Amino acid sequence: MAETARMVNIYIMGKHYQVPEGLTILMALEYCGYRMIRGCGCRAGFCGACATIYNFKNDSQLRYDLACQKTVEPDMYLVQVPFFPAAKALYNLEEIASTGEQVLSLYPELVECFGCNNCTKTCPQDLEVMWFISDALRGDIREVVNKSFDCVMCGLCAARCPQGIVPYNIAILCRRLYGRYLAPPSKHLEDRIAEIEAGKFDAEIEELKKMEESKLRRLYAEREIEPAY
Amino acid sequence: MYPAYMEESIRKVEATREKRLKETFPRLSDEEKTPLLPKYHPDYVAGTMRQLLLGPNKGDYTPNEVAELLEGNSRINPDKIDLDKIDYDVDVLVIGGGGAGASAVLLARENGANVLLITKLRLGDANTVGAQAGTQAADRPSDSPFIHYLDTIGGGHFTNIPELVEALVKDAPSVINWLETLGVNWDKRPDGTMHELSGGGASRLRLHSARDYTGLEEMRVLRDEIKNRNINYLEYSPIIELVMDDKGQIAGAILVNLETNELSLVRAKSVIMATGGIGRLHIQSFPTTNHYGATADGLVLAYRVGAKLIFMDTMQYHPTGAAFPTQILGQLVTEKVRTLGAQLVNVDGEQFIMPLEPRDVVAAAIIRECQERHQGIETTTGQVGLWLDSPMIDVIRGEGTITRELPAMVRQFGRFNIDITKEPMLVYPTLHYQNGGIKINTDGATTVPGLFAAGECEGGVHGRNRLIGNSTLDLFVFGRRTGRAAAQYAKEAKPSSLTLEHVRQWQRELEQMGIAESRPISPLLLPDYARRMPDYLPEYSRQVLTAGQVKLA
Ligand SMILES: Cc1cc2nc3c(=O)[nH]c(=O)nc-3n(C[C@H](O)[C@H](O)[C@H](O)COP(=O)(O)OP(=O)(O)OC[C@H]3O[C@@H](n4cnc5c(N)ncnc54)[C@H](O)[C@@H]3O)c2cc1C
Ligand code: FES
Repeated sequence: MAETARMVNIYIMGKHYQVPEGLTILMALEYCGYRMIRGCGCRAGFCGACATIYNFKNDSQLRYDLACQKTVEPDMYLVQVPFFPAAKALYNLEEIASTGEQVLSLYPELVECFGCNNCTKTCPQDLEVMWFISDALRGDIREVVNKSFDCVMCGLCAARCPQGIVPYNIAILCRRLYGRYLAPPSKHLEDRIAEIEAGKFDAEIEELKKMEESKLRRLYAEREIEPAY
Repeated sequence: MYPAYMEESIRKVEATREKRLKETFPRLSDEEKTPLLPKYHPDYVAGTMRQLLLGPNKGDYTPNEVAELLEGNSRINPDKIDLDKIDYDVDVLVIGGGGAGASAVLLARENGANVLLITKLRLGDANTVGAQAGTQAADRPSDSPFIHYLDTIGGGHFTNIPELVEALVKDAPSVINWLETLGVNWDKRPDGTMHELSGGGASRLRLHSARDYTGLEEMRVLRDEIKNRNINYLEYSPIIELVMDDKGQIAGAILVNLETNELSLVRAKSVIMATGGIGRLHIQSFPTTNHYGATADGLVLAYRVGAKLIFMDTMQYHPTGAAFPTQILGQLVTEKVRTLGAQLVNVDGEQFIMPLEPRDVVAAAIIRECQERHQGIETTTGQVGLWLDSPMIDVIRGEGTITRELPAMVRQFGRFNIDITKEPMLVYPTLHYQNGGIKINTDGATTVPGLFAAGECEGGVHGRNRLIGNSTLDLFVFGRRTGRAAAQYAKEAKPSSLTLEHVRQWQRELEQMGIAESRPISPLLLPDYARRMPDYLPEYSRQVLTAGQVKLA
């Protein structure tokens, strides 16, 4: 059965509140009476809307996280970071090259990175942000993809970069270049599209569409099932 | 970290692993399935649905929570709105910034329309980003659109609209290709072969994924493309009413700025509704996997202008929502976990259902195992659940598979000191998806001239139960189709003068029936989770700590 919750002290933008132990920061804000408009999207750690900065009453070092995934701790000082616009290059993916030089020409500020590692320290997904920025600088697009893949684009890294670099926008450029130009093409996909366009499946699907339900049920029940692994 | 008594049950799960490695739990036959759903699936719980009293679906059943909003009062007073003051004048208005809306707006623009996209939160704050498992498309030689059709219609219990299923399965491979051309990274082998997985109700390996961040990958690419193409979009500006013209065609929409409450009027020759799902209505108090803005707004507004809805009496409860820890209660444990080989087991470590049955069947089996057979595990807050034995994945597919294929899941549970590569996850069904929605044809056209619908807010494609990976597919297939069709419609449209007479008429009808006062104002826009009343405190904390959610205001 439900236990009676212990209360913890927290501070929202400096103001003191008590909330039950075990809430996420997002739930704690709501518990204190805030109705979220900004700073709340998927509520599940996927959209990056809820980037948050906090420190503690007796420990002023800033920490970073996603409000919907982080549990409140005693004496937390909380601030919500509204999503702010950051430098984004505009490009036509069809007209650009899939090279490191291209990335650098769209984001020349890359060379300004002096390796302070603040970006990596802020990342709530624990990505190696500074390393993928250095991969981008070296033109290793594939490594940027690998290291940045789990990026939810919450914006915290850009907020903390002293050089005005926007790692998450550079990363999405690299990922799009990789997906579009560098990933090996899928022959079986192209073949299937051609077959569909040629009408190869039209007659059999037409038959299914008109089939009596009892027959359809039988066909379904008897269909062969490929092993899952 | 699990409490000690749960660890005891985990030891039993570990003890049966070797036996389960060799055991294939049989699929249920038609005869076994048929009684399971009515007895255990939430859709069948007596008293949780009621008939609609007015509107195009008068007499049809839908969950009480949905019915209240569909019969709701307008947020505007039509007499106070100046229809001559037009703030935005476009060919095609797209409502909703998820995957369906984003695809629609790109295609409408490509087809020559002057477009505007409006959305409630940020562009991309949507159910689409949460999609983890993947997108179906029959593109392997041993698969075909024919088999995809059969799986889809069987999964939907043979109620799906055949033409819509045909569109779905035939467009699927080109959707995968379109996304790749835009720069989506699909999981592939070095030779270019797609790395495809199975899924509940699918008879072939057909699920295309991008780790377990598939929807995020799809959405962030589309969002970036919308920015690159300089397409106009407004955030934090939900629609609160559709505008008609005096010939009965759709003619635009009224928006509200969520922060300032300022209203604005958009005139449009055609409108695409892409507002997504309903999870935040917490039907039967279920927690949900859905994003903050999933409140059925599009259904409500389309209904008010006379659009017919379909299959509104069937909701999808995802079999595996997190049941522990409480902080993530109801959040999704992706079906990909089962696809990769994890089995569902009870308190004693025994299987009770083939893990890749269609979703409604698995959800019903879990509820039966907990409620009738009492084989579940109760958490410290009273929530019951069953084990999803994730470590089996590495046993079957080799060390490192979980970390590689499920980084989001590893991360999410890792935050609460649960290592899913070593310990199972506790799960229970959670409100996930609206199977039905606004009735459309293969162009995404609704029964109201000029109004189109795409994605989760539309219905018919999936019949009474959607399969894994068919929804993200649906939203791209019909997002693209509506984009094209609405642009074409706009070219030929002959607009007339704007009116809100339909709102007056709706309100008159509510008054005459004597229900205006008892109905809420709708659309809901956002759930209200804020605690403001002092006497609400103990109730609230109890609910947050047990059910994980609060009642709607
Ligand atoms: C956690 C999760 C995991 C999933 N996993 C998968 C999967 O693996 N495979 C699969 O195929 N499907 C999956 N689904 C289902 C699928 O992701 C959704 O059904 C699909 O993304 C819906 O897309 P959509 O564009 O129709 O709606 P959404 O992506 O929800 O977008 C709707 C948009 O409309 C906006 N909106 C709402 N109301 C208004 C208003 N009044 N005015 C303006 N804008 C408004 C919202 O803010 C949002 O931006 C999953 C769903 C969830 C929640
Ligand atoms: S609300 Fe989406 S990541 Fe927290």
